[in-house]
Amino acid sequence: MSYDIITCEQLVELATEYFEGGLEVPERLRFERHLTICPPCRGFVGQFRATVAAAGAMPAEPLSPDTRDALLGAFRVWKVGR
Amino acid sequence: MTSTNLSEPLADEARTIEALLAGDEEAFRALIDLHGGPMLRVALLYASSRAVAEEIVQETWLAMLGALGAFERRSSLKTWLFTILVNRAKRRAEREGRSVPFSSVPVDVVDEAGTESNEFFDASHPRWAHCWTTVVRTWETIPGEGLLGDELQRRLAAAVRALPESQRLVFTLHDVEGLSGEEVCNALALSGSNQRVLLHRARLKVRSALRQYIDENDA
Repeated sequence: MSYDIITCEQLVELATEYFEGGLEVPERLRFERHLTICPPCRGFVGQFRATVAAAGAMPAEPLSPDTRDALLGAFRVWKVGR
Repeated sequence: MTSTNLSEPLADEARTIEALLAGDEEAFRALIDLHGGPMLRVALLYASSRAVAEEIVQETWLAMLGALGAFERRSSLKTWLFTILVNRAKRRAEREGRSVPFSSVPVDVVDEAGTESNEFFDASHPRWAHCWTTVVRTWETIPGEGLLGDELQRRLAAAVRALPESQRLVFTLHDVEGLSGEEVCNALALSGSNQRVLLHRARLKVRSALRQYIDENDA
């Protein structure tokens, strides 16, 4: 396994694989070694993680009251029928 | 993550399932309020209208109740619900003769750049080839828990809407709804590597959209 360093552009390309556990150990180490010496890439990783966190915190519009009522009604029917 | 953190939701879920099977309406109401909105959001990615999306969500809950007694709990209840939902939404879209993400082979995993072309020096640069052209700062505007102000929230929603269909679906299921990579692969019949490529492209584009807005406003 080569011991060379990866470029900033390569680090960006590997970010999802890195965070989703898709990288083999040598590649993961290269990724981390790059981060320790590269402030802009640390900035990028911060932005990347913030993006994922923001996505996970997106509010969802609730179901309409009609659908909700229909479901509760269906539950009552289901409950009796089983 | 410790095993305690992992087992607690599982225990909660076992209790929820028992409560549903015992006919506890409050438990069902709580479950609808928890997952109903997120399910609607996913259904809207396939449906031709809000009304159709609501119908798909409704059918999904009915299918879930019908099969609950036989649910083997090999996945979480949430994953099971989303899997039923995606399958129903797909079938419905096909019946209506509309194109369905991932229905064409091969999957549209196009190798496109997600960063803006001016973010890196190109290969010919004597000293800084493939390095950042700009200062890349961590965003102070987005706290760790990811809660955004109204305008940033609108930008984020717009950026997700602007994604190509397959990327939008993977991003929504994985990053927005919190399904694991494996769960997304199962629900969409995708390979792990395709799933990660689509997710990555989507994340870079969404990050790029947020970056533009934040750079304009933090300057």
